[in-house]
Amino acid sequence: MPLLTVSNVTLSFGGLNALSGVNMEVEEGLITSVIGPNGAGKTSLLNCISGFYHPTRGDIQYGEYKLSIANFSPHQISNLGIARAFQNLELFSGLSVLDNLMLARHQNLKYNFLQAVFYFGKASRIEAENRAYVEEVIDFMELEPYRHTIVGNLAYGIQKRVEVARALTLEPKLLLLDEPMAGMNIEEKEDMVRFVVDIREERNTTVVLIEHDLGVVMDISDHIHVLDFGELIGSGSPQEIAENSKVIEAYIGEE
Amino acid sequence: MENQDQLLSYTIPQLLRNRVKITGDKVALRQKDFGYWNNYTWSQYYDYVRKVSLGLDQLGLKKEGKIALIGDNIPEMLFMAIGAQSIGAIAAGVYQTTLPEEIAQLLDYMDIEMVFCDDQEQVDKIIEVRDRLPKIKKIIYEDPRGMRSYKSDDLFMHIEDLYKLGEESRLKDPARFDSLVDQGQPDDVCFFCLTSGTTGLSKATMLTHRNYVNMGIQISKTDTLESTDEYVSFLPFAWIGEQMNSFGVAMATGITINFPESVETSMSDLKEIGPHFMFGAPRVYETIRSQIWLKIDESYWLNKKLYGFFMKVGEKAAEYRMSGKKLPIKLGFWAWFGKQMIFRPLINQLGLLRLRRAYTGGAALGPELFTFYQAIGINLKQIYGQTEIVGIAYMHRDGDIRPDTVGFPLPETECKISEDGEILSRSPSVSPGYYKLPEKTEELLQDGWLHSGDAGLINKDGHLVVIDRLSDVMHNNEGKMFSPMFLENKLKFSPYIKEAVILGNKKEYVATMINVDPIVVGKWAEDRGISFSTYMDLSQQKQVEELMFQQVVDFNRNVEKDHHRIKRFVVLYKLLDMDDGELTKTGKIRRDFVQKKYQDLIDALFDETIEEKEVEAFFQYQDGQSTTVKTKIRFYTMNEGV
Repeated sequence: MPLLTVSNVTLSFGGLNALSGVNMEVEEGLITSVIGPNGAGKTSLLNCISGFYHPTRGDIQYGEYKLSIANFSPHQISNLGIARAFQNLELFSGLSVLDNLMLARHQNLKYNFLQAVFYFGKASRIEAENRAYVEEVIDFMELEPYRHTIVGNLAYGIQKRVEVARALTLEPKLLLLDEPMAGMNIEEKEDMVRFVVDIREERNTTVVLIEHDLGVVMDISDHIHVLDFGELIGSGSPQEIAENSKVIEAYIGEE
Repeated sequence: MENQDQLLSYTIPQLLRNRVKITGDKVALRQKDFGYWNNYTWSQYYDYVRKVSLGLDQLGLKKEGKIALIGDNIPEMLFMAIGAQSIGAIAAGVYQTTLPEEIAQLLDYMDIEMVFCDDQEQVDKIIEVRDRLPKIKKIIYEDPRGMRSYKSDDLFMHIEDLYKLGEESRLKDPARFDSLVDQGQPDDVCFFCLTSGTTGLSKATMLTHRNYVNMGIQISKTDTLESTDEYVSFLPFAWIGEQMNSFGVAMATGITINFPESVETSMSDLKEIGPHFMFGAPRVYETIRSQIWLKIDESYWLNKKLYGFFMKVGEKAAEYRMSGKKLPIKLGFWAWFGKQMIFRPLINQLGLLRLRRAYTGGAALGPELFTFYQAIGINLKQIYGQTEIVGIAYMHRDGDIRPDTVGFPLPETECKISEDGEILSRSPSVSPGYYKLPEKTEELLQDGWLHSGDAGLINKDGHLVVIDRLSDVMHNNEGKMFSPMFLENKLKFSPYIKEAVILGNKKEYVATMINVDPIVVGKWAEDRGISFSTYMDLSQQKQVEELMFQQVVDFNRNVEKDHHRIKRFVVLYKLLDMDDGELTKTGKIRRDFVQKKYQDLIDALFDETIEEKEVEAFFQYQDGQSTTVKTKIRFYTMNEGV
């Protein structure tokens, strides 16, 4: 059974359909990519999954939960094991990398005000446990040199890595990556590709990836869905997508 | 300390075993990982070495078998090296920046049977050239990340599995390890250390246990080291400068070696440790000074004023001290006051407050840098030696630092200047020779003396002065001698100049190609609102070139001999780089290569009629792509008599 099933999802803003009748399945342990031209509805689809929007019609099934109907809020959805890295960095630019990552684990910091004031016993133990997890992510994303650097002072490519790390500190089962490689140079891109593959292989995390660089998508995806004007125009393996005439038409125009 | 000389009759693994008996619970190694420092006591260190050793034994590594070590500095590197040495096998360090092609040649030349890599990056390089290395039986890796696709292949082994193998072997035959260690002789070769290879492929210098141990003992006789001293390991392990500390000094004195979290974090990790002594190539000290300058530059006005004032005082006092003269009382007071007020807090910011001694070696350091470090109260000393004599054979004694010398020989080291002016040495640390290169060995060890290939002399105070490589010393067309390296270092004292190549062998005058420092000049340009995109763009800015003109004018004003003056210079459009083969792994200029590559520019430098020339710059990017850019280069001629 797929980890996530999107069935017949429609999202309208007034008369405009951002998504119309989209069907998509995300298999556990694979990298599933969503591609399409600008304004095709890729980010809207992620927004529906992560609970920022609720679909006008249709279902999103994640394990035993119906994300669309129960009207889950984003923080409840993140508690279910779905984390997201944003296209436009959503980090606290005045805090250090470490603080940003620790903050992302706030839902695990379960101690009360008094315990926090005295910072003894439970509070310090919980902090230490969470710090250990955060350090493991820092090691994984190779952020050691920037641990205490203020995020706003970091290069864009590094900030992107922090953004992905922030999502990973939530210990997700399903990770939604919205253009993690946009605006990067070739070297940074290669690094990020390796990170994405490692996230799946070494952390057993299912990945949904939105990406414009078709080379990257074709290389690392197990399954690709193509959106155009809110409609799904094709899905399949990279090989099938490359041969799909509708997709070619959407990307390079009619022959 | 009296019985230190006894240590000479032991091998490195035997000394490690003794260490466990004396200070088994003391911290021997410390590594930062996941944000905190993990300790290994001498007993744990020994346990790991035993596991590795018996594991390698099970895999079939025999006495005189060879294992290569490639990777960043981690404790496992030492476990592998000493583990192999325990069986009588030979470890060989390979620089982690070596490209696959060169790795293939080196491993083949050294008859390597097994390789230890720290991570996938290094493993991948070997896989690239695997079919040319039939002798390799096993590749052992430390970090399993990214190694999933190799797991099914028998060639690869995770270090944890090696530990298990060793532990099983110990349970079967508990006495085996001790008997293996006992078989070792101090004169057995235990390590292959690659020479930097300024010309052609690196040579493997064979070094024995006694070579290393002697070096460790002799240095601690002159500069006492306590077993509580801290050392930070941030130099490449394949370089003799790192091994002499991890093998020689550590075994002789029991200091603690600290491994940074990653190469990028080594400076901030150094700050956390606060080492008691450090060792580095001139580049390290140049970097630290640039950091200080940048920090002061960004500081507020009062700080700048105080720093400027006390820097002058400190420099004046340093000059007194370094020429062996007594300080006038007033100057002495102000120097002391400045040290307490400004410089102690300053060096504390860098984590160097506990530092008793800092050593520089590998290449000459500008005299101005010595004055600088003496002025801020860091006891920076020049050492001199070479791989073939385990790094250090000569060094300054405390309180007798001269910027232009390398001091006196270590105890048990004899020094002689040959008739050609070459520096010759003799000591128990001299290597038995190069692996499989009898002719080169003969050249090296003629008449029982180690031939350094460096020109030198002994000055009136008995200090050794190194002039330059015998083969690099240049003469102008009138036959007057000058040392390009010496002039380059002098030029590089300018914070704006990163690298310089001095030219003019058999020519009428001296000329140079200059690399501007991208960080310092970048900031200089930013402050003046000069916009630039790439390094090439920055270096070709008119104002930047004028800045360089001023630097050369200053240089010419301070030269010792008239024929050292620079007549013409050009600002080079790209940084000299190791990856392009222009610098060696230790950062020295490959003169022949640079000469050939920039022949166009060099010809124009010695043709005074040329003021501008169009050149094609070829760039190879790290991803393998390349481009050619056309650019106009301007040449500058200095006025006579400035």
